[in-house]
Amino acid sequence: MIFKYLKPFRFFILLTLTLLFVQVVTDLLLPAFMARIVNQGIALHDTSVIFRYGLRMLGVALGGIACSVIGGFFASRTATGFGRELRSGLFTHISHFALEEFNRLGTSSLITRTTNDVQQVQFTVFMAQRVMMRSPLIFVGAIVMAVHTDRHLSLMLLAFLPIVVFLVFFISKRSLPLFRSMQKKIDALNLVLREHLSGIRIIRAFSRVGYEKRRFAAANRQLMEHALRANRLLALLGPGTMLIMNVLIIVIIWASSSRIDAGTLQIGDMMAFIQYAMQIFMSLMMMTMIFVLLPRAMASSERINAVFAQQPTVSDPDHPVTPTQITGNLTFDDVTFRYQQAENPSLQHISFRACPGETIAVIGGTGAGKSALLDLILRYYDVERGAILLDGQNIRQFSQETLRAHIAYVPQHTVLFSGTIYDNIRKGKQDATDEEVRHACAIAQASEFIEQMPDGYDSEIAQGGKNLSGGEKQRLSIARALVRKPKIYLFDDCFSALDYHTDARLRMALKEETITSTVLVVAQRVSSIMHADRILVMDQGRITGIGTHDQLLQTNDIYKEIVHSQLTEDEIA
Amino acid sequence: MAQNTHIRPKYNVRGRGGGSGPPIVGRIGEKSKDFKGTLQKILCYIKPQYKGLATVFAFALLGTVFSIAAPKLIGMGVDHLFPRVDFGYIGKILLLLLVLYLLASLFSYIQEYTMAGVAQRIIQRMRNDVAEKLQHLPLQFYDTRTHGEILSRVTNDIDTISTSFQQSLLQLVTAIFTLFGVTVMMMTLSLWLSLLTFLVLPLGVGLTAFIAKKSHTFYAGQQRALGRLNGHAEEMYGGHKVVRAFHYEAASIEEFNATNQQLYAFGWKAQFVSSVIFPLFNFLGNLAFMAICIVGGFLAVTGRMTLGNIQSFITYSRQFNQPISQVANITNILQSTLAAAERVFEILEETEESPDPVAPKEIDHPKGEIVFDHIKFRYDPDQPLIEDISLSIKPGDIVAIVGPTGAGKTTLVNLLMRFYELSGGRITIDGVDITQMKRKYLHRLFGMVLQDTWLFKGTIRENILYGWGDATEEELLNAADTALANPFIRALPDGYDTVINEEANNISEGQKQLLTIARAILINPSVLILDEATSSVDTRTELLIHRAMTEVMKGRTSFVIAHRLSTIRHADRILVMNKGCLVEQGTHAELLEKEGFYARLYNSQFAT
Repeated sequence: MIFKYLKPFRFFILLTLTLLFVQVVTDLLLPAFMARIVNQGIALHDTSVIFRYGLRMLGVALGGIACSVIGGFFASRTATGFGRELRSGLFTHISHFALEEFNRLGTSSLITRTTNDVQQVQFTVFMAQRVMMRSPLIFVGAIVMAVHTDRHLSLMLLAFLPIVVFLVFFISKRSLPLFRSMQKKIDALNLVLREHLSGIRIIRAFSRVGYEKRRFAAANRQLMEHALRANRLLALLGPGTMLIMNVLIIVIIWASSSRIDAGTLQIGDMMAFIQYAMQIFMSLMMMTMIFVLLPRAMASSERINAVFAQQPTVSDPDHPVTPTQITGNLTFDDVTFRYQQAENPSLQHISFRACPGETIAVIGGTGAGKSALLDLILRYYDVERGAILLDGQNIRQFSQETLRAHIAYVPQHTVLFSGTIYDNIRKGKQDATDEEVRHACAIAQASEFIEQMPDGYDSEIAQGGKNLSGGEKQRLSIARALVRKPKIYLFDDCFSALDYHTDARLRMALKEETITSTVLVVAQRVSSIMHADRILVMDQGRITGIGTHDQLLQTNDIYKEIVHSQLTEDEIA
Repeated sequence: MAQNTHIRPKYNVRGRGGGSGPPIVGRIGEKSKDFKGTLQKILCYIKPQYKGLATVFAFALLGTVFSIAAPKLIGMGVDHLFPRVDFGYIGKILLLLLVLYLLASLFSYIQEYTMAGVAQRIIQRMRNDVAEKLQHLPLQFYDTRTHGEILSRVTNDIDTISTSFQQSLLQLVTAIFTLFGVTVMMMTLSLWLSLLTFLVLPLGVGLTAFIAKKSHTFYAGQQRALGRLNGHAEEMYGGHKVVRAFHYEAASIEEFNATNQQLYAFGWKAQFVSSVIFPLFNFLGNLAFMAICIVGGFLAVTGRMTLGNIQSFITYSRQFNQPISQVANITNILQSTLAAAERVFEILEETEESPDPVAPKEIDHPKGEIVFDHIKFRYDPDQPLIEDISLSIKPGDIVAIVGPTGAGKTTLVNLLMRFYELSGGRITIDGVDITQMKRKYLHRLFGMVLQDTWLFKGTIRENILYGWGDATEEELLNAADTALANPFIRALPDGYDTVINEEANNISEGQKQLLTIARAILINPSVLILDEATSSVDTRTELLIHRAMTEVMKGRTSFVIAHRLSTIRHADRILVMNKGCLVEQGTHAELLEKEGFYARLYNSQFAT
């Protein structure tokens, strides 16, 4: 699949291969010319022959280098260009993934596939045009030239070639699995190290430093032993091939000497023949590189293809509805949802309505399906049964862009991007004025700490927001949503890192801001949501109760339990 | 006759230690900051391997001598082919050659075999040293670096060094020996032809320098673009939900493509320039070869040089050119190796935790009386993190620490456990200054449960036993029982032998927390620290955990850091912290009465 990205470069590739062919021909011509110099020049004491063929060799060599450099130029552009197209295609494809595909492949794996794997394939495409194609050409060409130079000596080649082919295949076959298992040992070592880094406080607190050290040393020793075995096996390859080649040369000289004596073979031809023999051997050794590079590239391209094979599970309709105005009436009509391949549905028979001006809170234990509820409204996933309606229209009839344009979403795990605070807030609304940004930040209770920063709203946020506290990040994430001034607000447990103080002030300010909008709040803290217009109590994917705080306290056992786990008697009342 | 009888393979079949990235290509273009210093430090690692290295060098030297003798022998043989073949002489020469080649191949195998051992041992030691070092670095080190950064040094960087040792070092040594030997042989054969060959040398060196300079700019640019591209992909994939929610895809793709285009612009040039090196050197070699053919031909025709000598000389000139073309590549690799080594040594040279006292004190029967005596702490001299806190805590007390994010709650317990060193004041446990105890002993006094439930890949049993490897089965079960973890563990298909996988997602967050509590109970600590232990579970699970904890906290001094104030109402004492200072303390009722910071925090729960 990925090779369709090579298509735009097919003329370049054709050109590179033609140049490569010419270059191989020049490489094969040089020994023949040398034979002439020896046979007709030196042997017959004819300096004009030496000079003439010397010049021809120069011409041929110049032609060769020209082909090589021009070929290198096109091969570089082809490989790098292919990498660019592939990378861009991959990134675009991934950018349109729904969450299902993301979960399946994993964020970090997707990153490696976009970067390392593409780089690996790109490198192989380059090497293919330069080395991998050249070796077989030289191999065949040199055999033809060798046979052409002398048939009898060629028989000797026939005897030696199988030995070296056997050696190369033997070592490749034995060492490849070793290198593969070495990769596993490296992963094991990394795991130990990663666990060490994430658990450093616990490891120290439990005085398990020695234990951790032994665990690492054991993994390290295993890796070392594997690497040693693999490398020692490979150490055979070079010297082994060299030996076979050199013995072949000795045999050729020995066999030739009597024929030279008898005058049936010319010295120059023998010299040329030896050169061809060496070219054949060298090309064979170069071909082992194919065995190293190709499996890696194959693995990489398989991983990339696996990404392309994922079709977004959520797609836009062919003829999307584009409403002129949205009021924000949200209806869940008997919605059931399950993650792909999950045994049990995460949400079952969910029905409720939310109208503009209303604040609906969703509460329940971990794994109750609260976040999934919001994800469905955003169409990160599609429902299995039932429907979600916005102003009476099934949300699947809008394009994802239209739908999301009316929603402001604050995720549970805060995500900020590198850039200034302005840049980050404007991710919510690209053409927001400075005034709008400041207003949003004021409501999100973020203005105070932003203004204390040295560059105010122009302060840079490090990747992942590392230079901010959890609460500060959450407030920026909220401001980014507020700046949209949408019809629907979705807050997914995003007040958790705020201290109660800020939380309370923020809720107060929000109330005014969202007066004509529909607001859905997922929360763990009862105190954050007890004043909501309606509270949905969720447990194991079902709604067990809908009502106000007071109503639910009377009727809903789960709600009662949750409340009692957080508040004292007099606080509840 | 044979022009280049001894060619080392120029490519690289040896697998890199790890990763699946393209060989070398990625990191070329880096330079080390302190060349000499780093080299010296590497030498320290090489030194213990001197026996192996001496073997490698000795065999490399012998091997080179043989590979240099061979062309001369062949030349001598050729001279006896012409005009009449002297079979006896040639037979002898060929036999000698055979022996020579056999030995050369054997030596070369011994070299590579030994070098593999040397390189791997050096690398193993280096990795162990880094791992050992990581155990002794203060927590500060980990606070200021990302995991990825540290991981990349222990794996990628050490890997680069490993590959370099395995291949380039041997190549460099042989190249130098060969260059030297070949020069001598060429001079003895023909001064004029030698001069001709050397003429090509400055051309080659100049070319290398030029290309290296060019490629450095391109590689550096490529590296920068690649870094930006990775960063962008990481950010966008990490924030995929947000990107899609705010319809930022198009802008993100546009930005990606712009950087991608830059990567292309630098990338193809880097690729092209480096692809040109080899053919150019090849051409230079051919040029020298032709010049020798022509001039040598004239010399032979006029009888001033034998055909055999010309033949030998041609081989030598090839051998002469080859190391020079390698040098360009090797210096590149060595440079990136040094840069990698430098990053590794940076870790190895970080300041360690202060050593344990020479005459450490121990507490006979730890009771858990803790005194903070005017303690101060700051990372950076201008930013106080803890300002003059004094406290004394009775054995068995439950102490809650509350306050907004960044108030210094976790820092306070980190100081108690001596993860950080105080900048002023002192902390004592049962009257003994914590700096007078061994760290290991000190840590044994504490049981710690954190918000981040750290479990490793292994069985539940192994994870609970983590704190106390030689606990009996009964103690294990008791701990699990007290932590209320027993029922759910029993319900798992493999019970205590259930393997917790790498992501630890086969049990719930609350269950994980119960396991970490069992782990803390097992060591029977005098002091218990619960740092936001229930923040990531829902409140009903929290209630369960609290029930487990109340049992555990009996008779132990406990520190509870909590976000949800509802969980700490029953503490014996509540410490209210803000901006590194202790602003209030007392029981829940006392503090509410005071109507101060705590009361405000607490009441804001119900503001509307």
